[in-house]
Amino acid sequence: MSTLGSLFVREMRLSIRVGGGAWMGVLFFLCVIVVVPFGIGPDLNLLSRIGPAILWIGALLASLLGLDRLFQADRDDGSLDLLLMGETPLELVVLVKCLAHWAASGLPLVISAPVLSLFLNMEPIATAALTATLLAGTPALTLIGGIGAALTVSLRRGGLLLAILVLPLTIPVLIFGVSAANAALDYSMPFATPFAILLALTLISAVVGPFAAAAALRFSSD
Amino acid sequence: MAIIDLANPTRFLRLTDRLLPWLVGATVVAMVVGLYLALYVSPEDYQQGATVKIMYIHVPFAWLAMFAYTVMALASLGTLVWKHPLSDVSAKAAAPIGAAFTFLCLVTGSLWGKPMWGTWWVWDARLTSVLVLFIMYLGIIALWRTIEDPIRAGKAVAVLTLVGYLNIPIIKFSVDWWNTLHQPASVIRMDGPSMPPSMLVALLVMALAFTLLFMTLHFMAMRSEILRRRIRAMRQREAAGASGIATAATAQADTAPRDGTGTLNGKTAEARS
Amino acid sequence: MLPDLGNHPGFIIASYFVSLIVIGGLIGWIRYDYGRQKSVLAELEARGLRRRSAAAKSDTTGSKA
Repeated sequence: MSTLGSLFVREMRLSIRVGGGAWMGVLFFLCVIVVVPFGIGPDLNLLSRIGPAILWIGALLASLLGLDRLFQADRDDGSLDLLLMGETPLELVVLVKCLAHWAASGLPLVISAPVLSLFLNMEPIATAALTATLLAGTPALTLIGGIGAALTVSLRRGGLLLAILVLPLTIPVLIFGVSAANAALDYSMPFATPFAILLALTLISAVVGPFAAAAALRFSSD
Repeated sequence: MAIIDLANPTRFLRLTDRLLPWLVGATVVAMVVGLYLALYVSPEDYQQGATVKIMYIHVPFAWLAMFAYTVMALASLGTLVWKHPLSDVSAKAAAPIGAAFTFLCLVTGSLWGKPMWGTWWVWDARLTSVLVLFIMYLGIIALWRTIEDPIRAGKAVAVLTLVGYLNIPIIKFSVDWWNTLHQPASVIRMDGPSMPPSMLVALLVMALAFTLLFMTLHFMAMRSEILRRRIRAMRQREAAGASGIATAATAQADTAPRDGTGTLNGKTAEARS
Repeated sequence: MLPDLGNHPGFIIASYFVSLIVIGGLIGWIRYDYGRQKSVLAELEARGLRRRSAAAKSDTTGSKA
């Protein structure tokens, strides 16, 4: 276990050190939210109604941006080969890397969501529900995204392809995340129903993601 | 002491060491006087009541957010056009301070807007352009941290800063050009200030206090940046010396422990920084 | 002792308080950074490293240039 613990600490240190890489996701999130009223218009009522969806889409795009850093740096300096050849199961290694990546990149998005919801004139209940769904759903985005990152790790300019590959897989997470956030407001269904499905999706991706990503990494190294 | 002497980092350090205690003192005095005037002496607004007291920090923050960016833009010109050695140090030091003032402008504005307008935020021209200014500050800081070599970073940031300067006149004139919820200019206008003198004095003293605060913090941050670059240069020379072929001169010098342990210590010191 | 803060005292207090926290943090961070640079510099100089200008001034052949 201490091997995985030290891997987690290493990942956290690297992502915090690389010149603001973790915070650039938050900055991009902010940029997306700022751009939306320029396109849609500043009508505060409209913005508060579509606020949860805008924030979820922004968080999804910001997560996608940071994903190619998951394996690329390790491949460039050779640590990926060491991880592949090591004794620790590759699936666990991938799981720990994804969790560290989420803690450094995804968690700041969740923390900044309540602040950004002020810009969209959202109700406090909507903000609370939305933050809870982001907290439950963003790990799924990272874990599913790990599959795409593993598939494209050997490509030079794989960033855009990674986003294209991952986006369809994350649509269920987006659907249930927004559905849960809206359910807290319009009482069309209890908040717990879509939220439970969202949590289930995260747990499933915690299993499927590392297995698929590990397999993809092994293929890419052959 | 001529202005040209300020181009020499060592002289600059000596000058700021002598100047800073006075700047700190002046800042404290101005801040105390300003806060007293703002909180106790100045009158209530006939519409807003006592809530107008937020103006005495919100407006100076806004002025200083733009002032700091102007300092950065002038420093960028210094880097690109006149190649002044301390310009990029000045630009790098000013960025976080300007970002902090912009952040405080947005937050105090939001806290002022909620009781007055009924909303924390509205997408009108002035608020949006100040938010864009904040994002630009963050982007500039991100660029400083991403490029390793400070000289190359300074040139890249200089270009970005100058391109972004277009936002400053947009902020200033946004309340005139567009229909906004934010109130129009009442101090720097063609017809002169429209504010009663009792409020204007408090506002100007607070603005002076915050300007002195900016200058103090700016010089302090410039000192740190100069030292940081010296450390970087010294470490680079050490690394080049330790990895190079040992010459007779270095073997003769009293560096025996350094040759053996220098690289190791260099690595641990790097990791520590 | 406190001035009359009118109908919305919470917002005024919050504004001044946030400003105090952020500016205090800024001052603290700048001072801490300066202290750290000075101590690293002192440590490097104690190890015998000198700047290029210091080496150029010295007359010995064992200069680090």
